[in-house]
Amino acid sequence: MPSTKITNTVPVTVNAEACIADKGCSVCVDVCPLDVLLIDQAKGTAYMGYDECWYCLPCEKDCPTNAITVHIPYLLR
Amino acid sequence: MTANAGSDEVMEVDVLVIGGGTAGPMAAVKAKEANPDLRVVVLEKANVKRSGCISMGMDGLNNAVIPGHATPEQYVKEITVANDGIVNQKTVMAYAERSYDMIQQLDKWGVKFEKDETGDFNVKKVHHMGTYVLPMPEGHNIKKILYRQLRRKRVEVINRYMATRLFNGPDGRIAGAMLLNPRTAETAVIKAKTVILCTGAAGRLGLPSSGYLFGTYENPTNAGDGYSMAYHAGAELSGLECYQINPLIKDYNGPACAYVTGPMGGYTANAQGDRFIECDYWSGQMMMEFYKELEGGKGPVFLKLDHLAEETVEEIEEILHTNERPSRGRFHENRNTNYREKMVEMHISEIGFCSGHSASGIWTDENARTTVPGLYAAGDVGSVPHNYMLGAFVYGAIAGEDAAAYCADHELPEIDKAEIDKERARILAPLNREHGVPAHQVEYKLRRLVNDYLQPPKVTRKMEIGQDRFAEIRRDLELISAEDPHELMRANEVSFILDCAEMAAAASLYRTESRWGLYHYRVDYPETDNGDWFAHVQTKKGEDSKPVNFKRPIDPYIVELGDAEKDAYQKLRVNNANA
Repeated sequence: MPSTKITNTVPVTVNAEACIADKGCSVCVDVCPLDVLLIDQAKGTAYMGYDECWYCLPCEKDCPTNAITVHIPYLLR
Repeated sequence: MTANAGSDEVMEVDVLVIGGGTAGPMAAVKAKEANPDLRVVVLEKANVKRSGCISMGMDGLNNAVIPGHATPEQYVKEITVANDGIVNQKTVMAYAERSYDMIQQLDKWGVKFEKDETGDFNVKKVHHMGTYVLPMPEGHNIKKILYRQLRRKRVEVINRYMATRLFNGPDGRIAGAMLLNPRTAETAVIKAKTVILCTGAAGRLGLPSSGYLFGTYENPTNAGDGYSMAYHAGAELSGLECYQINPLIKDYNGPACAYVTGPMGGYTANAQGDRFIECDYWSGQMMMEFYKELEGGKGPVFLKLDHLAEETVEEIEEILHTNERPSRGRFHENRNTNYREKMVEMHISEIGFCSGHSASGIWTDENARTTVPGLYAAGDVGSVPHNYMLGAFVYGAIAGEDAAAYCADHELPEIDKAEIDKERARILAPLNREHGVPAHQVEYKLRRLVNDYLQPPKVTRKMEIGQDRFAEIRRDLELISAEDPHELMRANEVSFILDCAEMAAAASLYRTESRWGLYHYRVDYPETDNGDWFAHVQTKKGEDSKPVNFKRPIDPYIVELGDAEKDAYQKLRVNNANA
């Protein structure tokens, strides 16, 4: 079937200055129950790759540098 | 585990626990304690450190049976009445008798419960009859405590693998599971003497009214995996028409937590700020009153805290904004909802299966055994009604101990290689398809149909149309394509959700009466019919691969109910001029 891409805002914001994924940290990726966080190898930071969030907060609470902010997904806000 | 193409790495274990949330870690720890020589593996789709519905902790025990406050007999009565009589009392009693020991075990492990000035557990009354709610004001660290025990007992943990199907041995008993890695699409096989399903609720069955697929009440990682796997393994499921439907904060879809706020003076109110239910304990009858108020002229429904003293509100905020669903504080902030000034708007959840709150699960006896030898179920996916977190711990322990004993008398069964090949081809198919329909689109449509056709009030003709539409979705499964292993996981979850939807429709149509308030309110069979339907409704995979239903008689009660107690939960509406 023919298809198209649509853009979604995602609830998780990563502060690139604070994120230490380039030093090998992957805590947020490890703890996310839905496995929606990824590491951008080129930028060396974590980001949300899929709009599938339970706004449950382990990524934010367990981040060693407080780089993550979880917002309530737009549809629920 | 390493890459594979056409052949799978095979691991051999004694006890395979699928799901590392609440019941799972406890099952594994207790199996190891029973026999440290056993090879015990916990398989987790996410990561055991933060998985399951207590990922961020829990604010209390909802069903603590503590000497001096309640007896096991009282508790069995309460749950029998709350579940309209349809219970296997032996299973509820097995929980109740181990409830206090489990609390002491958790206390010893470092879980902090609320105690009074004399050091006794500070139990609160929320249920209609007895007193069973024990707050855990520092319950946010419970997963850490469980993780420590897994390490200490040398349980092997495999994170980020999902189980897709179970295998039966030549004689029908359980033989293992097929695994899929959602990051690499690698597959693997675990051969096991016993499998303990601890996969949680079917949380992605209905679509939340926000329309956001993952904005569910339950942890949306739990797509109904265990219900589907047990079904295909030939196990009996029970009470699937007794849906889980909960009163929640509108849109946020987390619990308003009347159990926490109730003992501190908060309550569920209508738009006029009046109390309309006697008791905030979640039951089908309570949900029926909630639904009527929501749809009636005095609706919608709210959690009322604006009459409480400042220090009480602060205490409530401290508990509710750090435990279980801690993002609720920022949700309220976005909408300028301050508990001191505004009531919190509530709504009802999407439908799901969950014995933790209602009674829909894989049929188990008081030893957590399913009807398939070697297969166990514990926690939300089991069938012990109103079992909550503490019930998941107790039944996890029961399952772990019984599985350890089973291993002593049984050899590892063989798995037919053709079955493995067939399953591998099935689960990887979406990855090899181009230009198909993405899983999220099929999932959205399926769950929207669940809302349209299965959500109570249940109407016969609507549910039949639903079945026809689900059959169309079943054909659409062959069209799903996945661009990466993550999407492949979602594609396989759609098939779990579809199995659950078909089972929900079949069980709901089979029981031609109304029972459990809103949970099974059939508009064209509005009365409860104890003559024909005082029985469990079971679901099993039929010869034609479609669900078949049959009745299972209720075992004779071991705790008799007094005449005055039987309809206690039918009288939940506040009886005054304002209500």
